[in-house]
Amino acid sequence: MNSLVFVESAEGKIKKTSLEAVAFAHAMGGNVTAIAIGQTEQAELENLGKYGAKKVLHVADDKLNQGVIQAYAAVLAKAFQDEQADVLVLADSSLGTPVGARVAAKLDASLASNVVQLPDTSSGFVVKRSIYTGKAFANVSLTKPKKVIGIKKNAAEVKEVGSSASVTPFQVSLSDADFSTKITSSEKATGEVLLPEANIVVSGGRGMKGPEHWGSIEELAKTLGAATGCSKPVSDMGWRPHHEHVGQTGVKVAPQLYIAVGISGAIQHLAGVNSSKCIVVVNKDPEAPFFKAADYGIVGDAFDILPKLNDAIKAAK
Amino acid sequence: MKILVCISHVPDTTSKINFVENNTRLDTNGVQFIIGPYDDYALARAVELKETSGATITVLNVGQADTEPTIRKALAIGADDAIRVNAEPTDSFFVASQIAAQAKEGGYDLILMGRESIDYNSGAVHGIVGEMLGIPSISPVMTLDIEGTTAKLAREIEGGKEYLEVNLPFVAGCQEPIAEWKIPNMRGIMSARTKPLKVVEPVSTDSGVKLETYELPPAKGAVKMISADNVQELVSLLKNEAKVI
Repeated sequence: MNSLVFVESAEGKIKKTSLEAVAFAHAMGGNVTAIAIGQTEQAELENLGKYGAKKVLHVADDKLNQGVIQAYAAVLAKAFQDEQADVLVLADSSLGTPVGARVAAKLDASLASNVVQLPDTSSGFVVKRSIYTGKAFANVSLTKPKKVIGIKKNAAEVKEVGSSASVTPFQVSLSDADFSTKITSSEKATGEVLLPEANIVVSGGRGMKGPEHWGSIEELAKTLGAATGCSKPVSDMGWRPHHEHVGQTGVKVAPQLYIAVGISGAIQHLAGVNSSKCIVVVNKDPEAPFFKAADYGIVGDAFDILPKLNDAIKAAK
Repeated sequence: MKILVCISHVPDTTSKINFVENNTRLDTNGVQFIIGPYDDYALARAVELKETSGATITVLNVGQADTEPTIRKALAIGADDAIRVNAEPTDSFFVASQIAAQAKEGGYDLILMGRESIDYNSGAVHGIVGEMLGIPSISPVMTLDIEGTTAKLAREIEGGKEYLEVNLPFVAGCQEPIAEWKIPNMRGIMSARTKPLKVVEPVSTDSGVKLETYELPPAKGAVKMISADNVQELVSLLKNEAKVI
């Protein structure tokens, strides 16, 4: 089985979720080729060998430094054919998922996203995917010879299995139609831990009483190397930006540790966090429904507990 | 402008999910079905565009007869007519093939839907439809404005957003805050009863995806409560028991 892995980078560095995709492909067995599109540091590309890529293709084209969905799909479909790949593996993301869908349609491939573990290939190719926003799983057979799979965060463990790989330039002639969508500008929080990729998330809800009290959430997040999140009402009221909204219609996270402070735990919020490994809930209302979904709970005042927790974690480090 | 809005018919976000028939079917007992929340945003934006610049809205659902109340609700919110493709929406490729077939016939300037349905969460239908029709697909879209034949959009990216320009026609997978959900008023509900709802048979297609079984995640253990005066204990549990810090 030959797999092609689409790796995404941010500010020149390969994203951790893409390293998971390489590790996933390696664990499936067979030859693994990784492909990076746009500006990526050379050392980062070579490093992909350590996580299981035999070969790394790099499409260095300034027009592709931003994620144009159609153009990226055209590049991946071409590489898939040239490399005679059987499976395209990518990390589900705001770019990977829509791109993967177009590639599957181009290649006439079976498609599955939100895959949570390695395929069962004992008879056919069966993947387990997360459905109903984390409330259930579906085991589905992918029956076409070509397959595209999007993996959910934490589907594979990133570990060093080899040495650095050689990087080959890869060129594709793209048509104007592939660039019919123009990205005119972008804005991005920099220097912060990005919420969808974070291993630890500290989230605040209405119980924080106002945006001016977010300092203690940010403090704790900084101590833990965590990303900050919030509930839907908090983002609706404009206390925090929309990209921090965790929940059914916001970002779905799957961190090792999710700390919710002053969030009651409406089912729509839980839908965004139910893939977390460990959930800690701090709420002054002992009846808050979030406690039922938590591993650890503290009933108490957020403004009292946050600084104490911050100090205790610092002391334990 | 002709707008096609594709809606899914999905369990309400508060539904408890269970399966029957050897874990091959959703247990719909006691489940309330709604317009997919993301599709509802797409519909709301379409209605706003209709109000500001004039448009006709066709709503499309791939589903069996039991989805008609959901389609009627979309008509009550402001769609002008509806198409139901009479089939079970088994997977993204199947649904996208149906949408593409109808879109080819209807010649729409804009095809809107949610970024994903909240049952299968694939987030793929807009991309496949775009590819099948040979037009751009953009998702997840947070704002959408149209001037003449050009659209300006904002797309969410990890940790921020990017701004795009694209010419009609194209497909967009929508999410908040593109518009506020609209609640149908009495006049809308009355008029929805008589708006045209066309039922068509599906085109045949091989999606190469076959459901084997559904399963539920293992039950969560009971929460361990810790005293507010003893946060050190929490830190020690996170470190030594959960091993997450």
